[in-house]
Amino acid sequence: MATTGSQPSPTDLLPLSGRGTLGVGFPARWRRGRRLPPFVIWAPALIVVLLMAMPLVYLVLRASEAGSDVWRLVFRERTATVFRNTAWLAATVATASAIIAVPLAWLTTRTDLPLRRFWATVATLPLVIPSYVGALTIIAALGPRGLVQESLAGPLGIERLPSIYGFPGAWLTLTLFTFPYVFLSVRTALVGLDPALEEASRCLGRGSWRTFFGCVLPQLRPAIATGALLSALYTISDFGVVTLLRYDVFTRAVYVQYRSSFDRSLAAALALLLVLFAIVLLLAEAAIRGRSVYHRSGAGTARRQRAIHLGRWRWPALAFCGAVLALSLLLPLAVLLYWLARGLSGGAGADRLWSSISHSITAGGLAALAAAIAALPVAVLAVRFRGRLSAAMERATYLGYALPGIVIALAFVFVGANYLTPLYQTLGLLIVAYVVRFLPQAVGAERLSLLQVSPRLEEAARTLGRSSLGAIVAVTLPLARPGMLAGAALVFLTVMKELPITLLLSPIGFDTLATDIWSATGSGSFAEAAVPALTLIAISALPTVLASVRGGRSIDRPALPSAPAMRQ
Amino acid sequence: MSGAGRHENRPTSSAARTDGLTRRTLVRRATAGSAGVGLALAAGRLAAQTPEATPSPATDASPAASPAMLGASGELVTYSGRNEELIGPAIEMCQQTTGVTAEVRYGQTAELAATILEEGDNSPASLYIAQDAGALGQLAQEGRLAALPDDLLDRVDERFRSPDGVWIGVAGRARVLVYNTELLQSSDLPQSVLDLTDPSWAGRVGWAPENGSFQSFITAMRQVSGEDETRAWLEEMLANEPVVFEGNGPIVRAVAAGEIPVGLVNHYYKYEIQAEEGRELPVENHFFPNGDVGSLVNVAGAAILADSPDQEQALAMIDCFLTADLQRYFAETTFEYPLLDGVPPAAELLPLDEIASPDLDLSNLADLQGTLELLTEVGAL
Repeated sequence: MATTGSQPSPTDLLPLSGRGTLGVGFPARWRRGRRLPPFVIWAPALIVVLLMAMPLVYLVLRASEAGSDVWRLVFRERTATVFRNTAWLAATVATASAIIAVPLAWLTTRTDLPLRRFWATVATLPLVIPSYVGALTIIAALGPRGLVQESLAGPLGIERLPSIYGFPGAWLTLTLFTFPYVFLSVRTALVGLDPALEEASRCLGRGSWRTFFGCVLPQLRPAIATGALLSALYTISDFGVVTLLRYDVFTRAVYVQYRSSFDRSLAAALALLLVLFAIVLLLAEAAIRGRSVYHRSGAGTARRQRAIHLGRWRWPALAFCGAVLALSLLLPLAVLLYWLARGLSGGAGADRLWSSISHSITAGGLAALAAAIAALPVAVLAVRFRGRLSAAMERATYLGYALPGIVIALAFVFVGANYLTPLYQTLGLLIVAYVVRFLPQAVGAERLSLLQVSPRLEEAARTLGRSSLGAIVAVTLPLARPGMLAGAALVFLTVMKELPITLLLSPIGFDTLATDIWSATGSGSFAEAAVPALTLIAISALPTVLASVRGGRSIDRPALPSAPAMRQ
Repeated sequence: MSGAGRHENRPTSSAARTDGLTRRTLVRRATAGSAGVGLALAAGRLAAQTPEATPSPATDASPAASPAMLGASGELVTYSGRNEELIGPAIEMCQQTTGVTAEVRYGQTAELAATILEEGDNSPASLYIAQDAGALGQLAQEGRLAALPDDLLDRVDERFRSPDGVWIGVAGRARVLVYNTELLQSSDLPQSVLDLTDPSWAGRVGWAPENGSFQSFITAMRQVSGEDETRAWLEEMLANEPVVFEGNGPIVRAVAAGEIPVGLVNHYYKYEIQAEEGRELPVENHFFPNGDVGSLVNVAGAAILADSPDQEQALAMIDCFLTADLQRYFAETTFEYPLLDGVPPAAELLPLDEIASPDLDLSNLADLQGTLELLTEVGAL
């Protein structure tokens, strides 16, 4: 059943319609020999990768100006502390995300849990909550003098809750708002797993638990590693949560350097350390993922999975799902509504809100489109023309995702103002900056989708007279459309909540929902922040819900009979 | 060359203060600051120095900053580190009086300063509005600010403007100890912020170490009292278990609710929150007397970027911020201290000259780095 193969997708991001991580039977290089990619694929891929490398070049340039101060900064004690904290936070957030996400994904794909599709949809929704809004609401609710304490003070006489500042709060908040990354990739993998293996396990007398731990979980390893990677990368690049909850990690050190000394070269040196950290994460993920692939290699089709009967376990399972929902979604929404109710009198006019909505959607939509297109050559190269170089190019696109937004923003300020003056602070350059920041989300989803399309189809098209590129355009792209849509949806919602790049690079006066939230919280009026925050959440939830509904449908539908069969 | 000219023009500046100045700035100032000219004339000179600017009709000695004349060309690109809700209406008002059309990019004070530095000579911005003096000091040090005319600078007290004449404060804020009037009398309060380490205050003081104004106050303390004493004070404060908040507003709310009796904040939060809640709160500001570092007065300020395209318009804007009308707006709407002589602060406020603020140069508050390191070392951050 499971055979060797080369690597599966790095980022099975959104629930894709169709079956999950199905690989190919033999390493591509054996089967296809050394086929060189056509110019029209490698040239744009190279351009995209060079664009992604731009912030790194900028960082090296700035850091090299710092001189000997850099070494003092790099080797001082605080750097070691910050390094430890960052590693600890990334590791614990990724682990906790997996602990929440794997059972959720299993329950929503493999069992007769009531309202499965509902739970599957709401488990992806925390992604739409901007992390700074999430952190503010967590503080408001769970802070030592927060709303929870207030409601407990009466009946239980609790004077104050234990402080959530520092590690516990940062860990909790980041886990609650990044576990969907793991959920999405594990769920996709679960949907795609061939049930035959599990059935064999049960036939041999293993119960549900032992089948899960002995048979299902090992097969999920690559998906867990991939989801955890995204969650960890998000954690190390996030600024809002660690600042509001006061935990000293790299991003915060980088910001402190910018804000306190205005010293860009030292900040750049710190950011380069963060890049090193991200590279270590990427390598670790590749190592965990391993070289093996778990997929169907024989002929025949994967059948539809029969749901496991939960019985009495239904209640604890529902309680678990409910608790995750309550903390990650209901709590922030409740706090926002509370703020809204408390200060309904204030608030900017409807005109302003309307212009912010249209700016947000314009920027998010264009960035999603641009990212979906820019990711294509990179993904095609990585999937169809496998090799060290194409793998390295694909991985390089992840580095932008690991950098704090302010670094990318300032890199583009520098290049834009000095070398692309006519484009500086225009919508065009803003979109390019968004793409650099969020491209990996699109690359990951498209890559997964492409992996599911058999190269035999392309080969058939070529024997019928299509060129190499023509075959990809005529056959592969239409079949990879779900991945492109999923990637675009994810880019859309992350751009909607992006702040530092938007503030510095948008055309002047281009207020978005994210900047409105920032502006209102900056002057301390949370009531005023509630309107744009709720609007932002509602708008970004739309594509997520749509994507989830698509993914949900695919569980109930038998896979295309030809897809796995054609792999061999 | 410039040294002599400078002293002639600005007898108040001492040689020591010019260290950070570039040659360009000195040249500008020597030209811009010629004695005895009005603001309009100075504006004209500024314009004449900028190659692409057409000589403005404002060069004749017509009454200061005639609006119609200044508003003629293009839009004034402004970077504001000051929150839109606080400064937006003021900019709006000045657009009307000056005829200048301003396009404003809002951001964090420090990030915008970094942006201006990255943009270099190509910065589209002409006017920079900062939340605190530190960022302005930094841009001044990098030689990125144009000199302001003397008669504009002279409108505010020396404490609240650049010693090099390149930035000017537009509104002030004082550090205070806010207290709950139902729990404490003013006579119960300490005479110095340093006395809050007394065991009688254990667990009763609110503070917000993340807050920029708090950090400026610590920077000031490092300059006034020295590094070691500041560290000792912070350590004793921490031993006294202060109640940590994420900002000034929450502190004032907690004091109003009687959760804690006192807190270290900026003076205007009490008024803002009263305005938002639409009722009087049982809180009062206590100003530490006798030049105590605890009553530091800091400013939000503005500056014109050297080599920027629209210096005249920028100057007209700053000029407008420092007119009686706008200063009254700050006093009445944001409850900040007007810095223009003759405009009284909001009725409830202690007049600025009665606050014995410590004697220090606000530009030096740029050394936030050391403060943050200190706060991190002692464990306050």
